[in-house]
Amino acid sequence: MDGDGLRLNMNGLDYLILALYFVTVLGVGFAARRAIRTSVDFFLSGRSLPAWVTGLAFVSANLGALEIIGMAANGAQYGVMTVHYYWIGAVPAMVFLGIVMMPFYYGSKVRSVPEYLRLRFNRPTHLLNALSFAVAQVLIAGVNLYALALVMQALLGWPLWTAIVVGAAIVLAYITIGGLSGAIYNEVLQFFVILAGLIPVTVIGLVKVGGWNGLMDAVGDTKLGEAGLHAWQDTGSTANPLGAHWIGIVFGLGFVLSFGYWTTNFAEVQRALSAKNMSAARRTPIIAAYPKLFIPLVTVIPGLVALVTVKGLGAESGDLQYNNAIPLLMRDLLPNGVLGVAVTGLLASFMAGMAANVSGFNTVFTYDIWQAYIRRDRSDEYYLRVGRWATVAAVVIGIGTAFIAAGFSNIMNYIQALFSVFNAPLFATFIIGMFWKRMSALAGFWSLLLGTLVSLSLYLLYKGGVVDFNSDLEESFWGAGLAFVTAVVVAAIVTPLTSPKRDEELRGLVYGMGGVDLKGDVLAGDAVWYRSPVLLGLIAVALAALFYIPVF
Amino acid sequence: MSNDGQPAQDPLIDEAQAEQRRSAAARLFDIRRVIGGLFVAYGIIVTLIGIFDSRAEIDKAEGVRINLWAGLAMLVFGLLMLLWQWLRPAEAPAPNERQPDA
Repeated sequence: MDGDGLRLNMNGLDYLILALYFVTVLGVGFAARRAIRTSVDFFLSGRSLPAWVTGLAFVSANLGALEIIGMAANGAQYGVMTVHYYWIGAVPAMVFLGIVMMPFYYGSKVRSVPEYLRLRFNRPTHLLNALSFAVAQVLIAGVNLYALALVMQALLGWPLWTAIVVGAAIVLAYITIGGLSGAIYNEVLQFFVILAGLIPVTVIGLVKVGGWNGLMDAVGDTKLGEAGLHAWQDTGSTANPLGAHWIGIVFGLGFVLSFGYWTTNFAEVQRALSAKNMSAARRTPIIAAYPKLFIPLVTVIPGLVALVTVKGLGAESGDLQYNNAIPLLMRDLLPNGVLGVAVTGLLASFMAGMAANVSGFNTVFTYDIWQAYIRRDRSDEYYLRVGRWATVAAVVIGIGTAFIAAGFSNIMNYIQALFSVFNAPLFATFIIGMFWKRMSALAGFWSLLLGTLVSLSLYLLYKGGVVDFNSDLEESFWGAGLAFVTAVVVAAIVTPLTSPKRDEELRGLVYGMGGVDLKGDVLAGDAVWYRSPVLLGLIAVALAALFYIPVF
Repeated sequence: MSNDGQPAQDPLIDEAQAEQRRSAAARLFDIRRVIGGLFVAYGIIVTLIGIFDSRAEIDKAEGVRINLWAGLAMLVFGLLMLLWQWLRPAEAPAPNERQPDA
């Protein structure tokens, strides 16, 4: 039977470890329930959380299905170049979000990213973004759920539909009951469980191949070869494993794609909005940048170990696909005990990803669609109820899309890639709107719409075979870049033709208009130098640059 | 108070801000206790498995007593979390300061 080859030899103690985790996750949901009285409690954790909690939740929300499994697969397929997704493709954008953009998000007290667009531009811009975000989140939740079910099927032998329903039911329970606090507290817990699962695989893998030097030597003898050991050396052309020129890496991945994802994706930004004051909100993505710097150690290294030790890894289908790099190592190297922890960590990562999608969706649906356009002026209790029902709906739709994904897994991957390209025009609209006060409301709408249409068209032309690129990755670099330029040009053309917003409407939303209080609700301890967002951010960026030196 | 230093006003956001006064989130429990508790439990289970590991299990992990080491590491981590909570308990919920100064 397909999948039997990956079956792990789990025993009762391994299942005890897994069961303890499930019980704890549900317990956190119930405990968080006591703290929910208002809709702000439910959707934004009452804006009460300390920075280390929101920071770890921020990084955990991104440690979903595609992250762990996918980045290990990339490590095996592309080698050390995979670190670009972390050190240039994430850390600078996270630091930028904390230092530059968070004062506007948190300071304006908006409850979501689309809501910022409503205040800065107008309702059509808001509705466009709220709808596309909501649709994307339930689709991606379905993809996460399907990936979770596939892993449970392959590793534990659970039938696909059981795995989908069990995974969905647990996420549903802890978010419906515990709201964002339930999601965030579980994300912090998941962060540590994921690491506890990945570190033993990495350590034993390194022992097996003779340490770091042994790994470097062995990778040189694989099909990846010497090129798999360098991040920048061969990027003067596209003749490297990733097929990307350094210009594409720096501007496509490092600027447009990564800034688009990290700074405007509400599923991420929501974690920072739940922080207890301005200083904690700004530190949230910056604290998250530090674990992000080190995560390639437990994803890329296992990927390389799998490439060296698993014969025939890299098959088109079956058990030896790159995506199975980490599960294969778990099967080969982990004895019962740590095996249970590793399986728990893997499941935790899928749940963290799905929970981030669902909690982002229910907030945007309730505040930005239901309250803004369908039922205004109801009581807060009413919106709290809507939020709970939206959570149920999101999970049920997620189950539906998971079953669709089961039939068309390629299509779902495309949808995910597509929505990542949608972020580029959104980022362009944001960044111009934040720094150019003259940009008019209509310009915001047309920048967002036309930028999105350009990236969508290029994507469809590429898929239809009309336009040719070296790889999907290259297409997404170009799509994102082109969408960004389009949004900028449209803003420059439309703005002079339309009337500006009044200055007092832009207070707290636009750079240089005042209304942003960086010391808002500051606590005595927040003034110390080691809690300065700017200093912490600069150190993170410097570390990212330093980390490149040994693998240049 | 004058409106200086305040961001632009919006009715939907103002309502949410007003509701926040009723917020119960300040009474949240401390996640460090949960993390500490789970890891202490994991540490004890995995360490015990590690003590009784057979030769075959140690050989599977390339000769590393991984259950023992991972178990002890998780135990220490869990205890450190509990110690952190014990030494620096969560700050008492401050009286809600975020009310508009109207």
